[in-house]
Amino acid sequence: MFGLHKQLERKSLALALGIVVAASIGGFVEIAPLFTIHQTVEDAPDMRVYTPLELAGRNIYIREGCYACHSQMIRTLRDEVERYGPYSLAVESKYDHPMLWGSKRTGPDLARVGAKYSDAWHVAHLDNPRAVVPESVMPAYRWLLRKDLRIDRLGDYLSAQRVVGVPYTDAMIANAEHDAYGQAAPDSAYAEGVTKRYGEATTIRVFDGQPGRLTEMDALVAYLQILGRLTDAAHKPAFAGRQ
Amino acid sequence: MGQLTVAERQAGIMILVGMAVLGFVMAVAGADNALGVHGAWILVAAVVGVFLMLDRYLDPPPNETRLSEYYDDPAKAGVVFAMMWAVIGMGFGLWIASLLAWPELNFDLEWTSFGRIRPIHTTGIIFGFGGNALIATSYYVMQRTCRARLQDPLAAWFVLLGYNLFCVLATTGYAMGSTQSKEYAEPEWYTDIWLVVVWVVYFVVYLRTLARRKEPHIYVANWYYMAFILVVAMLHIVNNLAVPVSWGSDKSYSLFAGVQDALTEWWYGHNAVAFFLTSGFLGMMYYFLPVRAGRPIYSYRMSIISFWGITFMYMWVGSHHLHYTALPQWVQTLGMTFSIILLVPSWASAANALLTLNGAWHKVRDDATLRFMMVAAVFYGITTFEGSFLAIRSVNSLSHYTDWTVGHVHAGALGWVAMISFGSIYAMVPWIWKRERMYSPGLIEAHFWLALAGTVVYVVAMWNSGIIQGLMWRTYNDSGTLTYSFVESLVAMHPYYIARAFGGLLFLTGALLGCLNIYLTVTRLPLTEAVSSRPPLDCEAAVGALQAAE
Repeated sequence: MFGLHKQLERKSLALALGIVVAASIGGFVEIAPLFTIHQTVEDAPDMRVYTPLELAGRNIYIREGCYACHSQMIRTLRDEVERYGPYSLAVESKYDHPMLWGSKRTGPDLARVGAKYSDAWHVAHLDNPRAVVPESVMPAYRWLLRKDLRIDRLGDYLSAQRVVGVPYTDAMIANAEHDAYGQAAPDSAYAEGVTKRYGEATTIRVFDGQPGRLTEMDALVAYLQILGRLTDAAHKPAFAGRQ
Repeated sequence: MGQLTVAERQAGIMILVGMAVLGFVMAVAGADNALGVHGAWILVAAVVGVFLMLDRYLDPPPNETRLSEYYDDPAKAGVVFAMMWAVIGMGFGLWIASLLAWPELNFDLEWTSFGRIRPIHTTGIIFGFGGNALIATSYYVMQRTCRARLQDPLAAWFVLLGYNLFCVLATTGYAMGSTQSKEYAEPEWYTDIWLVVVWVVYFVVYLRTLARRKEPHIYVANWYYMAFILVVAMLHIVNNLAVPVSWGSDKSYSLFAGVQDALTEWWYGHNAVAFFLTSGFLGMMYYFLPVRAGRPIYSYRMSIISFWGITFMYMWVGSHHLHYTALPQWVQTLGMTFSIILLVPSWASAANALLTLNGAWHKVRDDATLRFMMVAAVFYGITTFEGSFLAIRSVNSLSHYTDWTVGHVHAGALGWVAMISFGSIYAMVPWIWKRERMYSPGLIEAHFWLALAGTVVYVVAMWNSGIIQGLMWRTYNDSGTLTYSFVESLVAMHPYYIARAFGGLLFLTGALLGCLNIYLTVTRLPLTEAVSSRPPLDCEAAVGALQAAE
């Protein structure tokens, strides 16, 4: 065996090939089946996609690097389920490009933070966390209330999401801008389109408490309020078990 | 410039002109986001580069004798870049560590909030410091172990400068909010594509130099450097597959979603540890430790076993980052199993290094440079043991999401990666600048103790905070409900966060002493005849002397 190696280490290309082969096997055996084995991701017919406003909020969550301190993955452990809610299912992040499961909880898990606090609480907390939680070490995101949300390119964002596999319809892409506006302006003419395209259960509110203005705060709060609520699958014992 | 032929100077100018055009296109297309800002910078840098090259264009062409000497100019620049990034990366590390103790230290600025500068720290250290140290030492090591001059000087410079451009685009992008939010793979799509270009050229330079070798065998260090280059390319490309929102946008969405994306990410993430932070640095160790100690590697067979063990098995273990998650359990179990077996090749490497020092332990006592390398091997052993331990599901249930992971990573990053790099750099600097020795052995000694103390303080603080955190989260009271709120666990972390920042401060201080020492060596010490007049190309220990006779 070592004699054979003496030959191998005299040929740089053979050695390179050997390295590539040896290093490819593990990933191939573990990752490829996740795309082919059906049970990997549960079925959840009620699963909906993010609205344009929620997607814009998710983009802000990504931009600010929230994953560095907050996970979105409740493990199958008793204390986690009691602290954060039912453990996370694979299906709940099937439209998450990229996933934001995280690896560190400097702050608490956010997988089921949706509807846990009021919009006003989130706005106050994001604007200055220590105003609400005095011991918090989270940065203050004061610029979210100041900055108007850019919605002119949201159609492109939805299109790109569709390319990677999220089932946005042509109507959703065409109306992305209006829907983003409408979701944070319940009295406007655009609000109706949001429920039409994303379902009756979609939250339509003035998230940031400033009617007439669409800020980055609107988007981020809309996103936080939908976390864990895109599907009910995790709350149904039949779904939570094996399919 | 004096070492480049006229044809290479022309090619260099052409490349820079191409970069300027590229920069211009990026600046126009992405006028309203980070893509445009970066394009403008590239345009300006490329134009300045063209003028700098034109300024020296008519210098006399290099004489033929250069071809019989090693080409170390890119390695010198690599050392300077590595030390620069070390200070930047560690400085940001100290800053974000302080933010967790005193959150107001971001001065309420958008681009200095924790989430934006934390990846500047990780990219600055892993890619900036680690990557430059790897490129610099690989240029040095491959020439000596092949007894061949570095091929394609222009390409070697392209790799080094292009790589640093990647680091600058990545880190400044985060500050502007341009990130994929994939841990250790944060740079956006155009920065990722640029790294692929640089990386392919790096591999070509490596292969072409290997092809010119005067040694029949390829030395162990080169296997590791090759594995580092090849596998990092695989990981980087697969994990960063993404669709840009438009050609004028810095934003992209990853091709995979949810559970598939999670496993791809940690397949990448853990093997960035394996092939960037382990494989490459083992290459460093396999050259600098035996040369500095004046002892051949203890066992050639152990190095073969550990090399192929690491190359094959590491790729299976990424799923141990996802225990008890929505990832199917069979993948978790596979990851855990391989993580435990991985201890064998890991400890074989560490043991091989330490046993090489038999007969040279008096040098370890007297020579802080060699001691850096010895302590690195010890930390490598400790960290890989801890890694296998933390990969066990039941242990992971406590440690995951806590500071214990952070402590583990830093035992590796500070204790292993940084220590072996500093040791190798201290050994290499006098050799490439042709000085007799480093300017001040006392400063190396001080750096060593600061680095060791900093690492120990850091790691112990994080062990404590991590275990306390994990226990508080799962503590139940008599009535069967959770005892502590999340915030109570956060408050309990405060003293450890201060201790951790202090450990980081010690480590950073050591790195600054290192910069000072290198500066003094280059500026204050005379060129030594002894080194510069040595016959070129076979002045270093040849491969045969490094390898154990078997």
